[in-house]
Amino acid sequence: MSASVLSDLVSGLAAGRIRVIDLTRTLAPELPQIVLPPELGQCWPFRIEEVSRYDERGPAWYWNNFSCGEHTGTHFDAPIHWVSGRDLPGNSVDTLPVEHLVAPACVVDCSAEAAADADFLLTVDFLRAWEARHGRIPPRAWVLMRTDWSKRTDPVAYQNFDESGQHTPGPDVEAVKFLVHERDVLGFGSEAIGTDAGQAAHFRPPYPCHYFMHGSGRYGLQCLTNLDRLPPTGAVLICPPLKIRQGSGSPLRVLALVAADAAGV
Amino acid sequence: MTAPLERPRRKNPVLRTRLPTTPPAARSRVALGLTAAAALGRFELQVCRDCGAVQYPPREACHACLSERLDWRAQDGAGELLAETVLHHGLELYYRERVPWRIGTVRLDCGPAVVAHLHGDCPAPPARVRVRACLDRAGQAALFAIPEKDTPSMADDRQLREMTCDPQHRKILVTDGKTALGQALVRAFVAAGAELVWVGHAEPWKRAPGLDALAALPQSTLVPLDLTDARSVENLAAAIGGKVDILVNNAEHHRTFGIEARRGIDAARAEMDVNYFGLLRLAQAFAPALRARGADGAASAAAWVNVLSIFALANFPPHGTYSASKAAAHSAAQCLRAEMRGSGVRVVNVFPGPIDDEWNQLLLPPKLAPGGLANAIVAALRSGVEDVYPGDVAQDWLARWRDNPKALEREVAG
Repeated sequence: MSASVLSDLVSGLAAGRIRVIDLTRTLAPELPQIVLPPELGQCWPFRIEEVSRYDERGPAWYWNNFSCGEHTGTHFDAPIHWVSGRDLPGNSVDTLPVEHLVAPACVVDCSAEAAADADFLLTVDFLRAWEARHGRIPPRAWVLMRTDWSKRTDPVAYQNFDESGQHTPGPDVEAVKFLVHERDVLGFGSEAIGTDAGQAAHFRPPYPCHYFMHGSGRYGLQCLTNLDRLPPTGAVLICPPLKIRQGSGSPLRVLALVAADAAGV
Repeated sequence: MTAPLERPRRKNPVLRTRLPTTPPAARSRVALGLTAAAALGRFELQVCRDCGAVQYPPREACHACLSERLDWRAQDGAGELLAETVLHHGLELYYRERVPWRIGTVRLDCGPAVVAHLHGDCPAPPARVRVRACLDRAGQAALFAIPEKDTPSMADDRQLREMTCDPQHRKILVTDGKTALGQALVRAFVAAGAELVWVGHAEPWKRAPGLDALAALPQSTLVPLDLTDARSVENLAAAIGGKVDILVNNAEHHRTFGIEARRGIDAARAEMDVNYFGLLRLAQAFAPALRARGADGAASAAAWVNVLSIFALANFPPHGTYSASKAAAHSAAQCLRAEMRGSGVRVVNVFPGPIDDEWNQLLLPPKLAPGGLANAIVAALRSGVEDVYPGDVAQDWLARWRDNPKALEREVAG
C-alpha cells in the first residue's frame, strides 16, 4: 500500500501531473542581507571565491568556496533562533523532526495590499476572510504570505529603507498569535528579508513573528520567491535545512509540489 | 614660462600603448637615506657631527675630516645655478624616450655642488634656485631644481610632472563614497581638475547622506563596488580598470574593540575582509591595468593611494583589531609598491591619525577633519611623495616611532 502511494507520486511527477516549483532565490553576493545596527553582530552576506577553474590551480576541475550566515538568502529559521524558543526540545536544525520538512502550505495573497502599502500588516480579519474563500487553515501547515516582494529585483527597492528603517510587509501581533494558538501552523513564510514586518522592532513584543512562532516551536522561511505560482491551498513544501549542529537556521532550497491543474503557470 | 597643461587629446586607438620604462634605480644603502627623506617630501643631506661639513653625494665618511659620524639633516635647498645643459641623447631607455632633458649644476648654500634636474622656468645661470629631493618614476630620490620663486603653472613643467602624480586631467577612482572622507576626496579631486571621478559604493540599500549630492556633480559617477565581494571588484575593473589613472582606496571597516572587549572575531574578521583582503582583491583586479598604463601619455596611470592609519605603525589597543588590520594592509601595500615599481605607478601610503568620524567618537581631539585629509592626499599626489603622515597626531606618532618603537608601544598601552 505504502509502495503504491510513493509510486503514484513518482508517476505523477513523471507524467507532469505534479509540478515542482522552486521557491528559492539564487545565492549571489549582490543578494541583500538583513541589516542590523552596525554595532551589533552581523550575519555574513553570501560571498564566493573560485578555488580553481580548469587552470593552474586545478587543471581539470572548477569549484568555489563560499561563505554566508545561517540566515543568508532564502533560509529557514529554527525555534532556537529566538530567545523565546531557546529551551524547547528539538529546537535546532539538526534536532527538529524531519517529518516537519515535508508539509502542506496555505498561500495568503496580500500582493495588492503590499503594492499599495509597503508597511501592510496581515491581520486576523484578513486571515478569516481568506479562510472564508479557501477553507480553514489546517493544523501543521505552512502559512506563506504572498506579497510579490520578490519581484522587486532592485536591492534598494527590496530592502526599502528610509531614515525610519525598513518598510516591508509582515504579520501583526494578533495574526501571529492566531496562527500559532488557534490554527496550530507549522510555520510562517514570507518573500521579504524577514518573517516580521520591516517596522516590527516597534511592535509589542518586538518581532512578534519570531517571538511567538519560535517560542511555540514553529519555523520561519524568508526570502521566498515564486509564491505567485502556488495555489492558495494544496501545495506541499519540501524544505530541509542543512544539518548544522545546534544550527539556528540555514540557507536551503525550498521546493513546492503542486498539482498541475492547480499550478498558477 | 611653463605653458598650462592642456587637457590631453584623446589617444589614438590604433597605436600601441607604450610600455613604461623607469630611470636607473640602483642605489647604495647609504644613498637610500636620500630616498627615505624624499619619500616624506623632505630634502636631507648628511652632515658631519665632527666638522659640520655637508655631504653630497651620500657617503660613508666625511669628505672633509673622514669622520664616520654623519647624520641626515633637513636642508632648505637654496643655491646658485652654476651651469646648465640639455641632454639630447641617452643610453637609458627612460631618458632616451624623454629627451631633450634639462639638467644643471647647483652650488647649494650649505656647501656641496649637486647635479639636478632643471625646471623649465629656472633662468639661465647664474641664477638663484631651490633644490628639492623628489621621487622619480623608479621611486628613487632625484634632485630637482625649481625657480627661486613660484611661477604660474609651475607644476605643469614636463620634467617635473615625471616626478609627481598631479590629479589634474586624470581619471580617479575613490573606492568608498559613502564616508565623509570619501565625499571630501571626490570634491577635492574635482577641485584639483580631475577629468572624472568614479565613486564606489557598497550595499546601496543602506543610503548614505551626501551620496546623491556627489552623483549630481558633473565630473563624478557612482559605481557599485564592494571590496568584500571579489566579483564586484572584478566587474568594476572589467568596466573601467583600463581607464583609472589614480586609484584611492579609502574603503575601510572600523570597529573600536581590543581583543577582550568583543566576544568572538566577527568584527575583527570584517575589518580584515575590507582593510586587508579588500586591498588584495582590488590590487589583483586593478593593478595590472594601471601597470600597463604607466607611460600612457600626459594623463598616464600615475598612482595608487592607500588610506591606512597611524595605528598601522603601533597597535592602539582601544582600536586593537582595527590597528592589526591596518598593519596587515600596510604590509600588503609594501608588496604592491614593489610589484608596481617597474611601471612608474606610485603607491602612496597615507597614515592618518584618528579621523573625526563616527567610529572615533570617543577619542579626544585633535582629530583630522575629512576635508583636511582629502586635501593632504591631493597635495601628496601633486608633490609626488610616497608616505604621508597628515596631521598632528600622525606626525607625533611618527616622530616617537622613529625615535623608539618600543617606547611608543609602551606609551600607547597606557
